[in-house]
Amino acid sequence: MSDAAGALREPWPNLQLQRQGVGLGMWMFLASEVLFFAALFCGYAVYRSFNAEAFRIASAHTEIVYGSINTVLLLTSSLTMTVALRAATVQLRGLTLFCLAATAALGAAFLVCKGLEYHEDLKQHLFPGPHFPLSPPATQMFWGFYWIMTGIHAVHLTGGILVVLLVFTLFKRRTVPVQGSTMEGVAIYWHFVDSVWLVLYPLLYLAGRP
Amino acid sequence: MTDVTLPFAPPLDAGGGSYLDEGHTILSWLTTTDHKRIAILYALSITLFFFIGGVAIGLVRLELISPTGLFLTSDEYNRLFTIHGIIMVWFFLVPSIPATMGNFILPMMIGAPDVAFPRLNLLSWYLYVGGAAFTVYVLLSGGVDTGWTFYPPFSSDYSHSNVIAAAAGVFVVGFSSIATGVNFLATIHMLRCPGMTWFRLPLFAWSMYVVSMVMVLATPVLAMSLLLISAERYFGLPIFDPRAGGDPLLFQHLFWFYSHPAVYIMILPAMGVVSEVFACFARRRVFGYGFMVFSLMTIGVVGFMVWGHHMFVAGQSPLANLVFSFLSFIVAVPSAIKVFNWTATLYRGHIGFEAPMIYALGFLGLFTIGGLTGLFLASVPIDIATTDSYFVVAHFHTIMVGGTVSAFMAGIHYWWPKVTGKLYNEFWAQFAAITMFLGFNVTFLPQFVMGWLGMPRRYHYYPDVFQIWHILSSGGAVILAVAYLMPLVYLTWSLFYGEKSPGNPWHATGLEWQTPSPPPKSNFLRPPRVNAEPYDYHDFGRAEETGDESRARPQGDAS
Repeated sequence: MSDAAGALREPWPNLQLQRQGVGLGMWMFLASEVLFFAALFCGYAVYRSFNAEAFRIASAHTEIVYGSINTVLLLTSSLTMTVALRAATVQLRGLTLFCLAATAALGAAFLVCKGLEYHEDLKQHLFPGPHFPLSPPATQMFWGFYWIMTGIHAVHLTGGILVVLLVFTLFKRRTVPVQGSTMEGVAIYWHFVDSVWLVLYPLLYLAGRP
Repeated sequence: MTDVTLPFAPPLDAGGGSYLDEGHTILSWLTTTDHKRIAILYALSITLFFFIGGVAIGLVRLELISPTGLFLTSDEYNRLFTIHGIIMVWFFLVPSIPATMGNFILPMMIGAPDVAFPRLNLLSWYLYVGGAAFTVYVLLSGGVDTGWTFYPPFSSDYSHSNVIAAAAGVFVVGFSSIATGVNFLATIHMLRCPGMTWFRLPLFAWSMYVVSMVMVLATPVLAMSLLLISAERYFGLPIFDPRAGGDPLLFQHLFWFYSHPAVYIMILPAMGVVSEVFACFARRRVFGYGFMVFSLMTIGVVGFMVWGHHMFVAGQSPLANLVFSFLSFIVAVPSAIKVFNWTATLYRGHIGFEAPMIYALGFLGLFTIGGLTGLFLASVPIDIATTDSYFVVAHFHTIMVGGTVSAFMAGIHYWWPKVTGKLYNEFWAQFAAITMFLGFNVTFLPQFVMGWLGMPRRYHYYPDVFQIWHILSSGGAVILAVAYLMPLVYLTWSLFYGEKSPGNPWHATGLEWQTPSPPPKSNFLRPPRVNAEPYDYHDFGRAEETGDESRARPQGDAS
């Protein structure tokens, strides 16, 4: 099958090993990413324990509606991504393409929703600085973490969307066959970005809310 | 592993050219995905950065000859030692052995045609060069005065230099490190040739495995700490600001969570290199192979748990100090096992004093001194007395320069015929190796003494009583500089006029030597197969009394 031969890359002896290799490499990279976010979570945990009351006051001001809608959007995108991976493995090209497009669209919807939420936050001056409305001062710490955590997550998600679109184009033009090792890596990464959000959501929106 | 045929290995009689003949244009080098060529790209760029960092510290040492300074303002002085620190740590020491020798030798050692992800490998070089060149530009054009450690509140509130730009460059280079780590891990897991079981891996391959693990798991934490500092500086988010309930100490925790394992990123590959060199030039099996492997892993794991010993005086709780002190002592155990095993490897060996061996022996002595003074510093009371003194500076330079750079040079000389197919001038190489050892000691032994007497590190002006030690140290730095420049000359000379090397000039057993030098593009002329333990230089249970070089049995069959 010429399609499968095109999917094989140097230096791999066969496609099965190559898929395993890509999977392994991606998991290693995710281990690295976990440590990247771990530093952030660790900082959050330390400061929350130092300033419990301030964090409680500050977290009541996050927009839980946007946050919840976003959680639903991302979880759904994980579903479509899983279907895309399965479809690619059994070479259902059309379904793979459709699900990839749906995944990218859901991801983009998340970003739009996040943008609206940021707009609301900024309208209330919830960015640490001289006009910050809440007190005590440590409430700024919570919002500092809010902006950094959601910002870094959004950067990861944007990267994910771009990669999904790129893969979509490559599949569409048949530059890369769908059953190659590409989908494996993309899917693992996408699920990782989702699961980071599943940690962020309770930390930022749920904890401390009455 | 199952018996697989390698479609990218050439047929039996491929013969012909080496990887160097696969295109001579600059473009063919800049777009290559061949791990051997990428290794050479790395080697050239690393050498360049090494000399930039070296010039910076040369100026500092010159300045320190006089207690009141010679030609620099204090601000320039701060910026110079920051240049030295940032460049040497992140752009030389961390990538030095893994990115050059690891890239070139590791796949050949385990019988693979290339690393697992060749294009990622090239990308990692571009990230490295891009990030490093950008940072060096920032350092040279404006400069950063925070030291390489970027401690807040200095780096967040007080410094007027280009902290964010420098941090961004280091951040990018970090991703190059992670990419290399991921690549090596996948390579070692998936691409070992038939017969190359885990416990037949040469120790250099093991050291690459452990160091990749540390790179992958530690580097992201540095990335996050630099990102937080930049967010505080640029957006005013009060992450490390005590006025908003923040804690500057948290930065030190995050920073050293990377930067202490980074020390092991620097020294573990060095241990791998000298293990190869000792076995080859003593014509002996490495003593206690299994212990060597497990001590590498132990160092890698325990290395993640000792970062607090950098913060004994920073306001850590006494309990934390106690625990970190204890764990730091623990690291000495596997390190000592390695030192004893290297020594035992030499015992009754047929030792040849070729240049790589002289460098490796220098490593052994200096690493031991560096390790023992590390024990001084792991003990809280002594550390409190010597914190931020030249004693600390001398200690970690003994490990990093005396240890890692010696091993780096040992590796460069050992594998030079493999990489280039040329022999260098042995006399000059031996001379350079001895000069480096002497120069190193003249530079850093005085620093131990003056540090013990109370000379603080990073000071521009100092009391007259320390002048003699500073002059000695600066004199040693001159010798050291000569020792670094010599290889540049004779190695370059050997490229053009050197004698052609046989395939295996050292009669070494490693798989990487069982193929022509320089190797063909796909590393081996036919799919390699491993059928023996590594380091089969003599019969089991019987030491060689005479040096019969032909006795060495190759680890596998590849030619």
